[in-house]
Amino acid sequence: MEPINALIVFLNFVFIPAAAYGAQLALGALGITLIYGILRFSNFAHGDTMALGTAITILATWGLQSLGITLGPLPTALLALPIGIAGCALAVLATDRSVYRFYRRKKSDPIILVMASVGVMFITNGLTRLLIGVDEIRFDDGARFIINVRDFREWTGLSEGLALRSTQLITVVMAVIVVWALFWFLNRTKSGKAMRAYSDNEDLALLSGIDPERVVRMTWIIAAALMTIAGVLYGLDKAFRPFNYFQILLPIFASAIVGGLGSPIGAIAGGFIVAFSEVAITYPWKKVVEYLGFDTGSSLLQLMSTEYKFAVSFVILIIVLLFRPTGLFRGKSV
Amino acid sequence: MATSRQAEASSRWRAPIMALVLVALFVLEGTTSNALFTGSWNTSLAILNMGLISAIMALGLNMQWGYAGLFNSGVVGFLAIGGLAPVLISVAPVEGAWGAGGPRVILAIIVGLGTLALSAMTWKRAGRKLRVPAILTVLIIGFVAYRWLFDPAVDAIEANQSAQFGNLGGLGLPVLISWPVGALFAAAAAWGVGKVALGLRSDYLAIATLGIGEIIVAVLKNEEWLARGVKNVTSIPRPVPYEINLQQDPDFQSLANSWSMSVAEASGIWVKLCYAGLFAVVLLLLILLAELALKSPWGRMMRSIRDNEVAAEAMGKDVTGRHLQIFVIGCAVMGLAGAMMITQDGLMAPTQYNPLRYTFVIWVMVIVGGSGNNWGAALGGILIWFLWIKAESWGPQLIGLLTSPLPAGDIKSHLLASSPHMRFIAMGLILLLVLRFSPRGLVPEK
Repeated sequence: MEPINALIVFLNFVFIPAAAYGAQLALGALGITLIYGILRFSNFAHGDTMALGTAITILATWGLQSLGITLGPLPTALLALPIGIAGCALAVLATDRSVYRFYRRKKSDPIILVMASVGVMFITNGLTRLLIGVDEIRFDDGARFIINVRDFREWTGLSEGLALRSTQLITVVMAVIVVWALFWFLNRTKSGKAMRAYSDNEDLALLSGIDPERVVRMTWIIAAALMTIAGVLYGLDKAFRPFNYFQILLPIFASAIVGGLGSPIGAIAGGFIVAFSEVAITYPWKKVVEYLGFDTGSSLLQLMSTEYKFAVSFVILIIVLLFRPTGLFRGKSV
Repeated sequence: MATSRQAEASSRWRAPIMALVLVALFVLEGTTSNALFTGSWNTSLAILNMGLISAIMALGLNMQWGYAGLFNSGVVGFLAIGGLAPVLISVAPVEGAWGAGGPRVILAIIVGLGTLALSAMTWKRAGRKLRVPAILTVLIIGFVAYRWLFDPAVDAIEANQSAQFGNLGGLGLPVLISWPVGALFAAAAAWGVGKVALGLRSDYLAIATLGIGEIIVAVLKNEEWLARGVKNVTSIPRPVPYEINLQQDPDFQSLANSWSMSVAEASGIWVKLCYAGLFAVVLLLLILLAELALKSPWGRMMRSIRDNEVAAEAMGKDVTGRHLQIFVIGCAVMGLAGAMMITQDGLMAPTQYNPLRYTFVIWVMVIVGGSGNNWGAALGGILIWFLWIKAESWGPQLIGLLTSPLPAGDIKSHLLASSPHMRFIAMGLILLLVLRFSPRGLVPEK
């Protein structure tokens, strides 16, 4: 029984949370990677745009709830998601029109676009706070648990329980669907192929008659969808606070860079690498190891305290960049 | 990064005009009382003092971005490290804390740094096949030894007078000494960071430094034995007199009477004037040094590296070495500003180091002022700081004006309640407008 208990503890405190977190990071990193691949700059406003999309979704959720529409056991936010995506897409298209297009036409240095994205970050941040305030908001209605600790213990007779929150399962399922749809779009449709062609070689793509503005618009819309979905899943899983979305920028960038900027597969791999290392390095392994029959004495077997989560993602980023300057899957660099 | 930022013709009167505008703004703030200004010299000087410190921060960033084209988005971390200096230098020592674990902590830190140095050396020396196992062995042994030394020492320090202090305390030296020490702290950290991160290209460097800034702040927040974390270090000594002492001084009371001010108001103004004098001396000295450096052959080499790295390298310039040099110098200036800020506040609160405020607003200062121009960056620092402070009262007034036609209700009260966030929108708008219409800043590089 003891090894099974060890496995349950591992699943409960490491594997399931890291898988859900990894899925959120992967979706965020896919957005970063798409924007870097097509528009060729690092979008510092990414985290705050995620917050904006999530805020719109929350408002729509409240609207639906006040009309008495819910999804039963599922969170109502899933129903409000399309509204959030549409609002976010409009916002990023307007930003592109008013800010980025000018620098694109002028063929400005990428670093100028990064700087402009800092300006956009400020404005988006302010607008989100204006829209919904700075407080923590929980909007995960519906069933909270698919498996809860007590029931699990009663069914199995084990001394350790397993909890699976509905938001964690929804996150992973949604992420799989979204990633599948994205790859299908990029590999099978004409627009997706145009995007890939433009990303690989801009001049060649222009020669073959691809409309660059159309590609850019499509990129922003897809990125807005990815950002909103990632933001809503993160908000459902933890809780919504505008400032958290600024902080999550670092692990998202770390994921995109570890995988290689511009590489969608790299973004997904990077997301899970970063999430699993963060959780594994900051988790106290004492209980697991004791179930496996080792005596740990008084030490918690925790490599770093939880506050250093962000440090872990950054250290991984530096190590990868030292050995592979463009990431594991050989991304681009401008 | 090979972009042409060579100067176009621009008026040489821009800097003096901007300085005059700033003087006018501060005088209005001090004298006029209306919807826009408070009419209090105390407020005006308080804004000016932090503006002078902001100007020094902007100067440090301008050295990195304006001279060398390095995108450092970890400013907050170097400010925070500099801010540690007043705590460790000038706060009175905590009885018994050093005895409880001081030497052991120092030993642990030496072991930690030694492990990193040893693994870097192993990587260079070891043969291809042995590299990975050798480095892993060094790292694991080093980490275990570090934790074995570090953990009990920290526990001992935090257990010592934990209710009142629970940290190491400082050396009890005069606080002005801590300013150059703050610069040294930041320079040392920048050297380590630069060694690892400066090989990266523009965007990658930006993100790497963003992470470094976050890590440094996280360390200050969580290592309570050092800076008391979220419990804050208070009563850091001052280089200037205390208001309360001035108010009790008969000479000062008669002076205040001759200014026809209340003693309380006059003492506040006097203290702030003292700070302003100290800060202005430091700022002017730094600008002077920076201008001399920029006009020397060294400065010309720096700018040639910025404008065309490949050509500079072909001419035999050590690009990586120069980048490291300017990165360390710029961070030292930021550390100095960090130490000055903590000295002025008299309080070290690690939670105040918010990257939005202490990294990105400083970026706005440099871009708006004029990257590459020291006067521009300094003036931009003061101007943006003024707007940042005033946005706090102007924002709600603007929202109040805009929402006045709306009927009273939830939406109106929500908008009014969240109007302080207008300052972020204002900062973003200023940055975007300047980037678009005057990309070289208000006082461009000559």
